[in-house]
Amino acid sequence: MRSSILCAVVFAVACGGGQEKAPTTNVGNEPGPAGANQTNTPAGNSKVSGRVSFTGTAPANPTIDMSEEAACKAKYSSPPTDPVYLVKDGRLANVFVYVKSGLPAGATYAAPEAPAKLDQNGCLYHPRVFGVMVGQKLEIDNSDPLLHNIKAVPAHNRGFNISQPSAGMKTTRTFTTEEIMVPLQCNVHSWMHAFVGVLSHPYFATTGEDGTFTIGGLPKGTYTIEAWHEKLGTQTATVTVGDNETKTADFSFKPKA
Amino acid sequence: MMRRATSRAPRMRTIVVVVLLGLPVPPAGIAAQQAPRGKEVYDKWCAGCHGDKGAGDGYGARFMLPRPRDFTNGVFKIRTTASGEIPTDADLRHVIDGGMPGTAMPEWKTLLNEQQRNDVVAYIKSFSTFFSSTTAKAIDVGKAPGVSDAAIADGRVIYKKLECFKCHGESARGDGTSAPTLKDDWGHPIRAADLTESWKFRGGSTVEQIYTRLRTGLDGTPMPSFTDALENKLITDEQLWHVAQYVRSLSPKESPSVREVVRAKLVTTLPAAPDDSTWNAAERYWVPVVGQIVVKPRWFAPTVDGVWVQALHDKQRLALRVTWHDPSRSPAPPWDEWLGRVSQTMSDADGALPMQQGPDRLTVEFPQALTDESQRPYFLQGSTRLPAYAWRWSSTPDSVTEGTATGFGHFTARTGAAEVAHAASFAGGEWSVQFSRAFGSTDAKALSFVQGEAIPIGFFVADGSSGEDEVRGSVSTWYAIYLDVPTPRRVYIAPVISMLLTAGLGATVVSRAQRRSRRAELSQQEA
Repeated sequence: MRSSILCAVVFAVACGGGQEKAPTTNVGNEPGPAGANQTNTPAGNSKVSGRVSFTGTAPANPTIDMSEEAACKAKYSSPPTDPVYLVKDGRLANVFVYVKSGLPAGATYAAPEAPAKLDQNGCLYHPRVFGVMVGQKLEIDNSDPLLHNIKAVPAHNRGFNISQPSAGMKTTRTFTTEEIMVPLQCNVHSWMHAFVGVLSHPYFATTGEDGTFTIGGLPKGTYTIEAWHEKLGTQTATVTVGDNETKTADFSFKPKA
Repeated sequence: MMRRATSRAPRMRTIVVVVLLGLPVPPAGIAAQQAPRGKEVYDKWCAGCHGDKGAGDGYGARFMLPRPRDFTNGVFKIRTTASGEIPTDADLRHVIDGGMPGTAMPEWKTLLNEQQRNDVVAYIKSFSTFFSSTTAKAIDVGKAPGVSDAAIADGRVIYKKLECFKCHGESARGDGTSAPTLKDDWGHPIRAADLTESWKFRGGSTVEQIYTRLRTGLDGTPMPSFTDALENKLITDEQLWHVAQYVRSLSPKESPSVREVVRAKLVTTLPAAPDDSTWNAAERYWVPVVGQIVVKPRWFAPTVDGVWVQALHDKQRLALRVTWHDPSRSPAPPWDEWLGRVSQTMSDADGALPMQQGPDRLTVEFPQALTDESQRPYFLQGSTRLPAYAWRWSSTPDSVTEGTATGFGHFTARTGAAEVAHAASFAGGEWSVQFSRAFGSTDAKALSFVQGEAIPIGFFVADGSSGEDEVRGSVSTWYAIYLDVPTPRRVYIAPVISMLLTAGLGATVVSRAQRRSRRAELSQQEA
């Protein structure tokens, strides 16, 4: 139990949402697009993959004082920190990478049946950074035996603010409009933050512990790929892929001046 | 959000719910065409705070906390719709009509006619595209079960189970452990409601209104909806009603009325401490206080909205107890975050706030001598011409300084032995400070208390955790304190004497009359 939580804390994405093996892809299927049931969409078999590196020294993550929440505190062997910067061997995790533009005009994509999952465990969100499709269910679970409220504070979607006062609670919500990113927060535990990217297509991924990502199932074309980090902002790259090709788009972030 | 706007059924339900809540029902459907007329009303009456474009950034906004609503995102606290949904027209009208208790938003039903209020609803809706892209549907709240002691007791249990205390506190005075960290959608600090002062509930204080808030949450604030807890069968609907009934039971049935004269009862022994049970015998008087907005830096965001005052005397000393709600015993480390957020939010008001939390403060002021009203000092702690006599209490260090006030921030402590004794206690978000002093004083600048006269008294309170200090805080106007006079013995003797006299006189008259008539009878017989 303890080790899985620790793992979750350190590598939120890698363990997030109960997906053991999803460090390099989106919340949906792997490694293809999240949208399994595509409609009106040219089938694609191309990929854009890459690495997000971090140069320099990352600011220290703040230590979280969980003394008011014994049940959460007990899940950690050492004082937990807020995983704002997850850097290992110069690679940056929790970067949301997505196709910003370049998809065929007029293409539409159906949201997958499977819900994206967000878990509250040890008074932190797992995953911290992830994506969902417009209309895709987002299932929010509480694994802590205490009160969390889950508040979405979007700019373009309608928000929500739900109370989950006990372990085992499940709540499902959806977003109706594209938005990079919708902040999620808990007001009972002011350190709890997560970010969800809402897209009308399935071409997105979050970097895992090794800083890599893969966006598969793309039709050939020229794409603008954007990498988003909660503190470090965004970067874009332009990539052209042919049929059945894999191209690389690497990003490099450095500490904010 | 492709829900189709709809037919009669939902609207009927809305109306039914609205009627159940006893809200005014706006004429069916406020049309978007009314918006241009609404603009005139809005620009004249609303824009000063809510801003020309409805972004909550009018001129007055910078001084306020809570801030005026930003209408551009269609996010509203007081609704009958589910969490995250836009409000109904009736919801908007409800707030416009009655205002938002505990905030700067006044009621408009007395100032604007019904058509103007409906027009302004139409205009407010034009600030956010969500009003044209989504539909408001009031939730069905059903009906409150009967209230009983058992229901209220159950409500308390559920209050704990739902962990309402995390923000609102065990004592429900808004002093939970998460309270200092709370912020709204705009990053402004926001208080967990003090559930024991229902007259400040933004959405109204009836059990139905409280239950509706539990179901819908207050959007834009940390207060979530508990509808999902019902759907997950964590609690029953009845239990959620019990929470509403419990919350309602925490406040007096009626909001406290204001009386100008505080009576100090005569007792044989004065209480020794603020939690002494002797105080239970003393009547409580509610003295409202408001932000000090005369002397700069002015303060429009006070923590405290009123103090309870009690007084007793024993013919030699006056004892005064002042009690008020303040979620923080300042300074308190968890509230550093709160002060930081208040400072940031209020930075455009009158000057920078203190960087560090100060103590909590209470000042009780009197005139220096009893004179006629024209010689009463200025209510804001006097002036150089007419100083006030004041007791200044501070929480850290816990001390009282007696002296002469010549206006806010101008105070000269008296030298010599202290004459005012005091004791303070803080528990569950409530301060209670007791003062006592002999009627007479060796200081010519100190008021001597006399029985049987109205003695002017005024109050100033400040919360150090919220940036309040010697000038920023809450003030009252002049009230009066009246020391009961012991009832003189003649009050009891006089009626007895007059009764005896009356009875004696009556008896004399009657017996004389009887004698006369007997004499008349005798003379008749003789004749």
